[in-house]
Amino acid sequence: MTTAKIIKYELSDILRSKWVLFYGLFFLLMTEALLRFGGSGEKALLSLVNVVLILIPLVGILFGTMYLYSSREFVVLLLTQPVNRRALFAGLYCGLALPLALSFALGVLAPFVFHAGGGVALQPLLMLLTSGVWLTCIFVAIAFMIAIRFEDRVKGLGAAVMVWLLFTLLYDGGVLVLLHVFADYPLEKPVLGLMILNPVDLTRVALLMNFDIAALMGYTGAVFERFFGSHLGLLVAALSLTMWLAGPLYAGLRLFVRKDF
Amino acid sequence: MIKISGLQKSFGARPVLCGLDVHLASGRVTAIVGPNGTGKTTLIKCILGLTHADGGSLTVNGKQLNGDWMYREHIGYMPQYAHYPENLSAREVIRLVKDLRNHPAGLDEELESAFALSDELDKPLRALSGGTRQKVSAVIAFLFQPRILFLDEPTAGLDPLASSVLKDKIMQVRDEGRTVVLTSHIMSEIEELADRIVFLLDGKVWFEGDTEAVKRDTGEERLERAVAHLMRRGPNFNPAIRCRDVEAIEGRDIYSKSPSLTAFRFS
Repeated sequence: MTTAKIIKYELSDILRSKWVLFYGLFFLLMTEALLRFGGSGEKALLSLVNVVLILIPLVGILFGTMYLYSSREFVVLLLTQPVNRRALFAGLYCGLALPLALSFALGVLAPFVFHAGGGVALQPLLMLLTSGVWLTCIFVAIAFMIAIRFEDRVKGLGAAVMVWLLFTLLYDGGVLVLLHVFADYPLEKPVLGLMILNPVDLTRVALLMNFDIAALMGYTGAVFERFFGSHLGLLVAALSLTMWLAGPLYAGLRLFVRKDF
Repeated sequence: MIKISGLQKSFGARPVLCGLDVHLASGRVTAIVGPNGTGKTTLIKCILGLTHADGGSLTVNGKQLNGDWMYREHIGYMPQYAHYPENLSAREVIRLVKDLRNHPAGLDEELESAFALSDELDKPLRALSGGTRQKVSAVIAFLFQPRILFLDEPTAGLDPLASSVLKDKIMQVRDEGRTVVLTSHIMSEIEELADRIVFLLDGKVWFEGDTEAVKRDTGEERLERAVAHLMRRGPNFNPAIRCRDVEAIEGRDIYSKSPSLTAFRFS
């Protein structure tokens, strides 16, 4: 199948890139250091949550955007071959998301395996790995939307950074301001709505509900847990995160199929 | 063989192709020429499916295109600038393209040996010079013995030896009865290679004729002079002007006097 062939070649291109290697090594070294010097495995996982929530969207969106801009002419070459645009899109996407996700997952998993579990239950570790992989997929999909939509590499990279800022720093700041300004009003529903609009916050809440550390959840997480309890909350988070992947992927595909090269 | 009828394309508010009608026949080398911005590259991109036309129809080998992509099995394309993924080697790119295509007609690896590329093929593409990458593009374009070839400024960046190898190949392909369409600004090259010239202006075909006929009718010995002659007598080219009714323009008379120049289908 065409998609598989394109994935194969894209993988050989990307795996040769040093950045993916450094990315995986970074997680490996960080996890190893946390396990060795951080005390318990649980604490290590918790610190990793913070790294995952900031770093993975950043790397996903930036690496994704940069790779797509630099392979634009190659994509044009492929488009002149008897290849279906949808299959090409699928191949390009999987060939990009897969190495990033794998690099992260293996980088984190290896030290835990090496330390024979590090005194950590399987479920939180799996949740962390799954969340990291899912966030990678979401932000690579958003990177596709940006790279296809913006011809200009500089505008695209700027948009990528803005999106990352929006979902990480600006969002948190915005929620704080909201809480302060509207302190006298019932804010639960709007805050829930705001949460669903941010895949990073959704992931954070979903992860932390596993750790039973309510203090770290902040207002958004506390509201979420209060309204949905832990299982239903997880389900809603999972559903929303699925939409967060499906939406950008669908939009990216449509943009790609209609684009004039 | 390719038939284009009433092709229209605008980029935003800027019209580029304004109802283009042209027939690219097989067994011939057709050169598409025109000032910069007249839509030569856009025309080729529409045929290749890279750009979506706003209106008109494209028929390739008898079948009208409508979102198809399988017809590109019969097309070989050599772009003006070759850009490849940096980390792959030429051999891997060729293998990828071979993988993506069926090649029942077998592979034509003649250009690969004629360009003496075998040492260069295993190096990563970023390590190759621009000219070598152009050679790789040429190899890929001719590799599957496609029935139709699009060559965009094919000899730009090639050294004289490679340039003459490529020209020989083009003529060989033409003699086999296949279709070659090339764009170029180098008139001497077009004079050498092209049987037929299509001159685009303002997104329409301004004139179209056999190379020999163009020279004969303008009384010029060199093609460059002949085309300049025709360009001088034509309307002033202004890309800012919208697709217009050319009947209102002077200079049409010289064409109606010339029987071998068929063109000015301005409708």
